[in-house]
Amino acid sequence: MTAISARPTAADPSVQTPPATAESPAAATAGPAAGKQQSLTFAKALTLAMADSMAADDAVVVFGEDVGVLGGVFRITEGLNKRFGQERCFDTPLAESGIVGMAVGMAMNGMKPVVEMQFDAFAYPAFEQVVSHVAKMANRTKGKVRLPMVIRIPYAGGIGGVEHHCDSSEAYYVHTPGLTVLAPSTAVDAYLMLRDAIRSPDPVVFLEPKKLYFAKEDVDIDALRAAYESTAQATSIGRAVIAREGTDATLIAYGPSVPTALAAAEAAAAEGRSLQVIDVRSLVPFDDETVCAAVRRTGRAVVIAEAPGFASVAAEIVARVQERCFHSLAAPVRRVTGFDIPYPAPKLEQHYLPGVDRILDVVDELQWEDQ
Amino acid sequence: MNQLSTPALTQEQMLPSQQPVRLIDESGTAAVGRTYKENYPLPAEQTLLRGYAQLVTGRRINDQASALVRQGRMAVYPSSHGQEACQVAAAMCLADGDWLFPTYRDTVAVMARGVDPVQVMELLRGSWHSGYDPYEHNVATQSTPLATQLLHAVGVAHAAKLKGQDTVVVALCGDGASSEGDFHEALNFAAVFHVPVVFFVQNNEYAISVPLSQQSVAPSLAHKAIGYGMPGERVDGNDLAALLAVLGNAVQRARSGGGPSLVEAHTYRMQSHTNADDASRYRTADEVSAWEPRDPLLRLRTYLLGANLLTEADEGRIAAEAESVAKVLRDGLNADVSVDPQDLFRFVYSEPTPQLLEQAQLLGEELSREGATS
Ligand SMILES: Cc1ncc(C[n+]2csc(CCOP(=O)(O)OP(=O)(O)O)c2C)c(N)n1
Ligand SMILES: [Mg+2]
Repeated sequence: MTAISARPTAADPSVQTPPATAESPAAATAGPAAGKQQSLTFAKALTLAMADSMAADDAVVVFGEDVGVLGGVFRITEGLNKRFGQERCFDTPLAESGIVGMAVGMAMNGMKPVVEMQFDAFAYPAFEQVVSHVAKMANRTKGKVRLPMVIRIPYAGGIGGVEHHCDSSEAYYVHTPGLTVLAPSTAVDAYLMLRDAIRSPDPVVFLEPKKLYFAKEDVDIDALRAAYESTAQATSIGRAVIAREGTDATLIAYGPSVPTALAAAEAAAAEGRSLQVIDVRSLVPFDDETVCAAVRRTGRAVVIAEAPGFASVAAEIVARVQERCFHSLAAPVRRVTGFDIPYPAPKLEQHYLPGVDRILDVVDELQWEDQ
Repeated sequence: MNQLSTPALTQEQMLPSQQPVRLIDESGTAAVGRTYKENYPLPAEQTLLRGYAQLVTGRRINDQASALVRQGRMAVYPSSHGQEACQVAAAMCLADGDWLFPTYRDTVAVMARGVDPVQVMELLRGSWHSGYDPYEHNVATQSTPLATQLLHAVGVAHAAKLKGQDTVVVALCGDGASSEGDFHEALNFAAVFHVPVVFFVQNNEYAISVPLSQQSVAPSLAHKAIGYGMPGERVDGNDLAALLAVLGNAVQRARSGGGPSLVEAHTYRMQSHTNADDASRYRTADEVSAWEPRDPLLRLRTYLLGANLLTEADEGRIAAEAESVAKVLRDGLNADVSVDPQDLFRFVYSEPTPQLLEQAQLLGEELSREGATS
């Protein structure tokens, strides 16, 4: 693991931009000098990542439900069928275990499948394939059969979706050794991380926060692509980033909770409190180094995630930080998560989702009086 | 879309024959004059002779492995005793570049394909989850989660088709596994994508204790094929000649672009599910002994002797070959296997994560402390 690389966000242009290096391709997209900026949604960044990966490598194939002519229910695969043809981007029968199981076999025979699960909760029929084969094949064969495949899952809530369309299912996957689990929160990362996922020799579960699909950033696409292509290895897998600098406490978030954390930090700044925001991005492998170095500097931390908190990724992060940073902590590490209930119906979801106020309330409880 | 470009098969082509295809009957006589939906000629004499040798070896492997379990050298063995003809035919019908997708019960088929016997047994002796390189003989790992491997077979075949490889995939499962969702998904995907897979179900009448009658009330498992739009065929699973003919036909169809098919072999699991099971709790001794005269080895031997194709010298040679494989197994499994605890961390990811490196170090330190005190 190397040094923390800060990166620009549309929401916070004040963030310091590091120089563009091979280590941090995201940096190449920043700054007005970098070239022509254009507005890119998170969704289109994913499409672009797949298209560029398919253009670069014939072995990359995309399939799933409605991903062909329609371009997917969220249009993430839009245009791929037309551009690359029916053999490279195609619809399958409606069966998630079939999709993932077939991807396993295709990966065994030299392809790099990128499959789409239509929604978080509709990936569950594929669970046996994911846990018993996708995750275990390399270990079972002592590395002789590796499965370079990506399972893309539109996930989490905040979109007013009805039951089965808003689950935060990350804990199931991160608890399964053998899977790499990624959750980007920006358009730039959506591009970089999906490309990293596709070129990874290991299977990746790629969690796409649905509520961010249409979030926009100004990006120099040519520079982004060029920066990515100049790196031989994944720069995002296993690396957390600092999404916002701050000195008083650290908010640790990933995926859909990152913009919420940034908004909380913005609100806190107005009240005179400087909150740092870490975007974990890579749930597995987890970047203990970056996260812990950040918490040691501020001495206080709150972990934010949409999933129910019990036995969750947030719980794991709290435990890791507490174990590693105990002597630097001024207060117990806290969590702001979803409640331990099934994901609520649309009219109730605002009570469930971690929001700015709930985060700031917990920040207020971080034993400031002892300072 | 373009997957549907091949002409639809007629119902007649998809429905299995009324009776399981049989070329040599229980008395060892070539069963001439029967009509099946396809013409299945008797395989060549030399093929049958070679197959017989493999049957004898297969039986010897089953007996030897069961003995090694009793001697504590293996953790468990699901024997294919009684099903050796299916095992041997599954391996013999493949060309070098083809793939086999076996289950836990298909050890004999895996070995018949040429995989090193001692490596195969790593799973069942408990030294690792699989011991051989699947790419060396194009044999996938022996699958335990029922029917899951059928989808991998479809994927390998799909990739082969996209890459223009001349590859056929034979995917094995049991009668019980045909109730799993993945069985359905695999057959449907294979048919829709029109890929070169032969699904080969060994219907041995039981899934552990549960008889076929409680798995399915379809006229036969091969009848399921028509529901997916592929041909189904039923074959006497204790008749190596018929198995070679039917599987050979299915493999040929797949190779020439004719798509997937389903073959159901009617056979019988002569022993318990594994050494840990007690079959007497759910089936009678009479039921089992009724299958003894239908033994696949006995039947082919009688035929070959009657046709003057098997000499005493041949039998001696064949027995010696089988014994040499048994010896390889005995020697390999009686030698203590060394396991490296650091292997636990090496292969989970292409590069161990920082967390795994920490854990590997922890275990390493524990072991060196133990080494220092003992
Ligand atoms: C998904 C799954 N469920 C249950 C089991 C436990 N199990 C192992 S073998 C077996 C019976 C399978 O019967 P069948 O498919 O007929 O194959 P056979 O053992 O007769 O060769 C069962 C239930 C399993 N391995 N996988
Ligand atoms: Mg059975």
